[in-house]
Amino acid sequence: MSYIKGLKCRECGKAYPVEPLAICEECFGPLEVDYDYEAIGKTLTRDEIASRPRTLWRYRELLPLDGEPTVGVNTGCTPLVRADRLAAALGVRELFIKNDAVSHPTLSFKDRVVAVALSKAREFGFEAVGCASTGNLANSVAANAASAGLPAYILIPDNLEKSKVIGTQIFGATVVPVRGNYDAVNRLCSEIAGRYAWAFVNVNLRPFYAEGSKTFGFEIAEQLGWQVPDAVVVPMAGGSLITKIHKGFRELAQIGLIDPAETRFFGAQATGCNPITAAVKGGTRDIRPVKPDTIAKSLAIGNPADGYFATGVIADSGGWAEDASDGEILDAIRLLATTEGIFAETAGGTTLAVTQKLIAQGRIKPTDRIVIAITGNGLKTQEALKLEELQSIEPKLSDFEALIDKRRAVRAA
Amino acid sequence: MAQKVIIPTPLRRFTNGVDAVEVNAPTVGDVFNQLETNFPGIRDRLCESNGELRRFINVYVDGEDIRFLDRLKTNVGPEAEVSIVPAIAGG
Repeated sequence: MSYIKGLKCRECGKAYPVEPLAICEECFGPLEVDYDYEAIGKTLTRDEIASRPRTLWRYRELLPLDGEPTVGVNTGCTPLVRADRLAAALGVRELFIKNDAVSHPTLSFKDRVVAVALSKAREFGFEAVGCASTGNLANSVAANAASAGLPAYILIPDNLEKSKVIGTQIFGATVVPVRGNYDAVNRLCSEIAGRYAWAFVNVNLRPFYAEGSKTFGFEIAEQLGWQVPDAVVVPMAGGSLITKIHKGFRELAQIGLIDPAETRFFGAQATGCNPITAAVKGGTRDIRPVKPDTIAKSLAIGNPADGYFATGVIADSGGWAEDASDGEILDAIRLLATTEGIFAETAGGTTLAVTQKLIAQGRIKPTDRIVIAITGNGLKTQEALKLEELQSIEPKLSDFEALIDKRRAVRAA
Repeated sequence: MAQKVIIPTPLRRFTNGVDAVEVNAPTVGDVFNQLETNFPGIRDRLCESNGELRRFINVYVDGEDIRFLDRLKTNVGPEAEVSIVPAIAGG
């Protein structure tokens, strides 16, 4: 049974039926799924959720499908890791990592949105799917399309990390590298979507796709024992995830699963692509597009579609936004790895580096209960890292001991 | 001496379903005026009542976002391609 009332323009409120439609024809505002929360509140209880399998579909009343999910049925419920060693390093009391670096099946939070988008694409009867992507979405669309037996057409900027390209090609997708940055790829994708009757998850399926991100927030609240954190730090590319975590918390309060609580939302970008943080720091909601130049390629969207809404969530919640340089991003990747044993991609380094800044600025307090959103896996962005060149040894104990002595001497120095 | 304008899906109800039209205009603002003459009502969809480009619309001249150029005063060369593209998500 479906609890969807229809689609509604987020800007002007105009209502639309449930169709593969993303843009308001009156004002070009994005359409959003509208639910019957009163009916959901009567069905969806904490006990009911607890009785269901540990996947994101345990919250299915708050997801926009009419029937049962058919794609990405095993996705979701990634660990919320209590990060005491990292907390000590940062000088805060209570810190958690929501770790989508281990998301099934493609190691990023995009598995959540794609599970919803492709299940919906099947309900609509589409026979091919596609997307424009900075990498993680490409991986997830390709993998989930393969498992669903759907052909996939995937457009990417031609400078992507090799692992992200291989991690798309392997699934048999048609991968098209486009000369230019993501914004150029997205423009082309939009024009293609206007001509071919395919399900482009980030274009005509965007209202459904975006809803999948709410499950990141639902899980945080459930894993904290049906409470929300004081502060959450979220990486921003297009700016959708931060708004959807916010929506997720709001919906849980609306249907009575949590007490209305005030989480401060903090956004993280790379200094080399900071249109949203620049707006927040400038006290405006107007986004000025930029030309991206950063190692955090998954965040390299110069013209963020949801930037306007992201700045709203940040400002209204009493949060803030910061950006981090490439060097700070790399240092933070190492800090997370060496304190918590979690290898995040460059976006995760960005989020942690920004968290450090926000703590130093006093915007996040040492007594806050903090959640950091780690949305992708470091194995996909390895070329960003420059680690020490390793020396091989002969298979002799003496060689090993000489090497260890040398290392100890270096550490002591 | 004609420029091609790519019309996005939400605006094709104004252009009888056509996805690209030809105009002859020196700036983006003039392109919009000419579209309005040919397809009455379309400019209100593109611009706020104060004449500024709507927030969720991107306009590109030969692939360059006019927000990086001279906005509605951006020059449109004789054989330029103008794309009107709704802001779209992704990542």
